[in-house]
Amino acid sequence: MAVTTVKSTRGQGSPTPLAPAFSPDDIRGDFPILQLTAHGRRLAYLDNAATSQKPQAVIAAITRFYNSQNANIHRGVYQLSMEATATYEAARERVRQFINATDSREIVFVRGATEAINLVATSWGGANVRSGDEIILSTLEHHSNIVPWQMLAKRAGAVLRVIPINDVGELCLDEYEKLLNPRTRLVAITHVSNALGTINPVQRMVRLAHAAGALTLVDGAQSVPHLPIDVRAIDCDFFVFSGHKICGPTGIGVLYAREPILQAMPPYQGGGDMIETVTFDQTTYAPAPQKFEAGTPNISGALGLAAALDYITGIGLDRIGGYEQQLLLYAQEKLTRVKGLKIVGTAAEKAAVISFVLAYAHPHDVGTILDGQGVAIRTGHHCCQPVMDRYGIPATARASLAFYNTREDVDQLVLGLEKVKEVFG
Amino acid sequence: MSDLRELYQEVILDHAKKPRNFHTMPDSAHAADGHNPLCGDRLRVFVRVENGVIEDVSFTGSGCAISTASASMMTEALNGKSLADAQAIFESFHNLLTTGNHADKDEELLGKLAVFGGVREFPVRVKCATLAWHTLQAALQGSAAPVKTE
Ligand SMILES: Cc1ncc(COP(=O)(O)O)c(C=O)c1O
Repeated sequence: MAVTTVKSTRGQGSPTPLAPAFSPDDIRGDFPILQLTAHGRRLAYLDNAATSQKPQAVIAAITRFYNSQNANIHRGVYQLSMEATATYEAARERVRQFINATDSREIVFVRGATEAINLVATSWGGANVRSGDEIILSTLEHHSNIVPWQMLAKRAGAVLRVIPINDVGELCLDEYEKLLNPRTRLVAITHVSNALGTINPVQRMVRLAHAAGALTLVDGAQSVPHLPIDVRAIDCDFFVFSGHKICGPTGIGVLYAREPILQAMPPYQGGGDMIETVTFDQTTYAPAPQKFEAGTPNISGALGLAAALDYITGIGLDRIGGYEQQLLLYAQEKLTRVKGLKIVGTAAEKAAVISFVLAYAHPHDVGTILDGQGVAIRTGHHCCQPVMDRYGIPATARASLAFYNTREDVDQLVLGLEKVKEVFG
Repeated sequence: MSDLRELYQEVILDHAKKPRNFHTMPDSAHAADGHNPLCGDRLRVFVRVENGVIEDVSFTGSGCAISTASASMMTEALNGKSLADAQAIFESFHNLLTTGNHADKDEELLGKLAVFGGVREFPVRVKCATLAWHTLQAALQGSAAPVKTE
């Protein structure tokens, strides 16, 4: 699975023998925004876990749609509409390939990971979770993989159980096994932690959940941009991600669900496009995925996402992951040499996310000063208050790397931290 | 960089590192909690009022440099002030941070607090600077619900 691919390219950074070595210099020109300056300085964009930048190919695909392809889908007999429908459905097939789902009917377009989780909690959860049932989450979850389950638990009288983490930010798997029991209906876990970077052993966790008779949801918002994903290898029942974190536009995301489960789920929202026949007495619903796509969808978003997946595939996620791991090592080495800096989250399996605190400055002040140096990082709780509580800190500063980041970006961050020291040290 | 120096003035850094009146008040008549979810700042403000005059004001908690310094300097500015004066100072302070318009009367009222003028250039930080003040208001109104700046 994906995790092992990353591991094999870690360390000395020997590239895979078949693919040529990746250099960000070859592709930085594809990203218009990376050519900008911030406060008169070169922009070092290190907030990729919040959202990624967009290559020209994605921007062009969206522009092309509105310039020459725009029509509503699934309703016209004229050429433009039929073409738009075909392009939209081709985007669905593109997503299927990208995550290796069995059938494109298992791919539902949604607004993002958040909406995908809400859809599952409302539709599947509403139909299947009863009083006294249990749902297992982890301490590492983003609020979007906590709150919908909390809302469901409240409605259904169900109980949430939480897998704890150890001091380096890894899930305690023995505790997880103890939490699994015949009342467990669902295990919903993040693949990669956006706050700490921890890569969770989802394949193994899914196997354990299935053995206990529970379904599984994997939040792939942070894994899809960094690791090759194979939902059949992971064997999860639901997989969700957002387009904007993988070089696609905002407002488009994906819910993957195993087909029999998806077909059995009741609709999420009602409206046009999700029906077969409507009378005032009764409506029959279209089969999935249309059943879950009420109303005019984000057509240009779907095309933009397909263009982004093409772009990423063109480079190769193996090469992207390998390069990011090298850059992560470089950054961690440099940052550990900054006096008073402590990295929060040092899991053995980690994506290119570095959360840190400084002994002498609050993360929010760090963020403001770095901004003045052209360095964009995120500060705060990263929508993961339970993680912050676990470490007894209110917030961290977080640098999250993408394949278009360079050592120069990291050096600019480190230099910026010198400035912080100058002001606060 | 010039904006940054405006923001992190020496006085502000000094108060952030060594906050004044940084203690609880066990017998205090009023206390309230303030929380800024954006940066995770949490303050508790204590205030003792007698005959319409602020006899003592203090705070505890943790936050960024701006919110800590603002709380610290607020306590210094308000000790011994009447409630009406305190309100007038807060209004001037708020104007300073948001509109930048201030008349001579504001300058007089603000005194040292004028060093927070630089915050105006950093709109996301305005909430840090006003957290202590909103919390104080809640304490004075005896509000039980924690104050949130969002
Ligand atoms: C791990 C994780 N899950 C879910 C989300 C929610 O994604 P979105 O806001 O795009 O719906 C995020 C976004 O930060 C995330 O990092």
